[in-house]
Amino acid sequence: MTTRNAAIPPVRYGYGLLMFLLALTGFAQMPIFKRYYIADIPGLGWLAMFHVTHYLHYIGAVLILGLAAYFVTAYVRTRPERPKLTPTGYLRAGLIGVILVTGLLLAAKNFPGYVFPPAAVILLDLAHLGSVFAFILTALYCWAFSKKWIDSPSKGDVKGVN
Amino acid sequence: MAIQLSRRSFLKGSLAAAGAVAATSAPAAAVKGAKGGRQLATLIDINKCIGCGACVEACRDANSEKYPEAKKPFPKMYPNRVPVEDWSDDQYASDRLTPYNWLFIQEAVVDVDGEERFLSVPRRCMHCVNPPCVKLCPWGAAQQYKNGISRIDKDICLGGSKCRKVCPWHIPQRQTGAGLYLELLPAFAGNGIMTKCDRCYDRVAEGGVPACIESCPEGAQIIGPRDEIVRKAHQLADETGGYIYGETENGGTNTLYVSPVPFKELNKAVDKGKGRPHFKPAENTMAKANNLVLGMAIAPIAGIAAAWGKQIVADNKKKEKPEHIDREGTDHDHA
Repeated sequence: MTTRNAAIPPVRYGYGLLMFLLALTGFAQMPIFKRYYIADIPGLGWLAMFHVTHYLHYIGAVLILGLAAYFVTAYVRTRPERPKLTPTGYLRAGLIGVILVTGLLLAAKNFPGYVFPPAAVILLDLAHLGSVFAFILTALYCWAFSKKWIDSPSKGDVKGVN
Repeated sequence: MAIQLSRRSFLKGSLAAAGAVAATSAPAAAVKGAKGGRQLATLIDINKCIGCGACVEACRDANSEKYPEAKKPFPKMYPNRVPVEDWSDDQYASDRLTPYNWLFIQEAVVDVDGEERFLSVPRRCMHCVNPPCVKLCPWGAAQQYKNGISRIDKDICLGGSKCRKVCPWHIPQRQTGAGLYLELLPAFAGNGIMTKCDRCYDRVAEGGVPACIESCPEGAQIIGPRDEIVRKAHQLADETGGYIYGETENGGTNTLYVSPVPFKELNKAVDKGKGRPHFKPAENTMAKANNLVLGMAIAPIAGIAAAWGKQIVADNKKKEKPEHIDREGTDHDHA
């Protein structure tokens, strides 16, 4: 038990750090960090470099896609009893799903020759940004009220997912 | 200023009109021939341009209805560093790109085969094959059409000027005090609208050609499917000993130039700066990030494999576990 608990914080902190990187570089796609002096803070000048933040956002996307695939597979394959997601767990998973799908479509759009209808691009942009805002609010609520991802009547069952 | 321009326009008018009649029919056929998803490109033969400015005036005439309508006084913007960019009182400035001048003539004195020569170069949006202004616009206000035209929708643009920063030539120009941001939070977000050449998308959609091409009395500019234009650029460069710009710059653009001197020399000779784009090499700004998309395809496979493998290891351990627990438990009880 002690061993397992010791192994959780790095994953949790890694996940938190990754989500922070994605949110930061995602918001940096809007021209706000220079306007509001944040890029003037020593060491944060890169936040005003759109190609740099775009590249870092893609690196974060690679990691979150790998992580999401890992946890979904671990969840589906957990036996004998699959742990049950809490309502906030479902909500967070759903929002991450929307963020990933819209993000992948936006990444596909960035290839030469992939011309999406203007209305579709606007819809994707708004859906991506909107789901990020919703996820942040949900995550803050869950953090403030200690809401877990899964019901864990038997902690041994959730080892694969936690 | 307006009167001077009109007079100059009148003097050039007869020459331009004669050229236009001859130039219109062939490009129009090329535009129609490009339907079916092929990107249209233009080829500008710098040798032919005489710097008359007919294209600049035709562009203004064709697009003036699209120009920003600035409302004054401009709203106070916070913080104070947000720059006001106002060209509304200088709409006839024609020596650089502005929100009211989407095409200008860049001039250079160069050495061609030992002789000093004056070159005139029409400059406007390059209409990149994969335009970073469009692809990185956070709101979808900058758009690209299948025919290769990129344009900024002035009804949606908030004027953040990201498009100008990510453009290798910093083409888009901002007009403060116009557009959607006035209806939202003008003090805290946005700063007008960004503008640039839309290569007369509306005329092209109806089978016409951009006004600058139609008006050129020298036929310095042609339009057609990009592969054909690239072929013609090479043919022209071979025939004249010229140099090509735009074929590979920023991954390829839909505006190609053929110059009698290397573009390194031309770049040194032209007046560069705000609203006056360079002729330097331009690396493909979208390529690095797009290369990471392969990682986005591989990462989920790696994640699935890792979780699957871990589960198999766990299952195998479980199969061995009952005896192990039993033995340990028995030993423990005895102890």
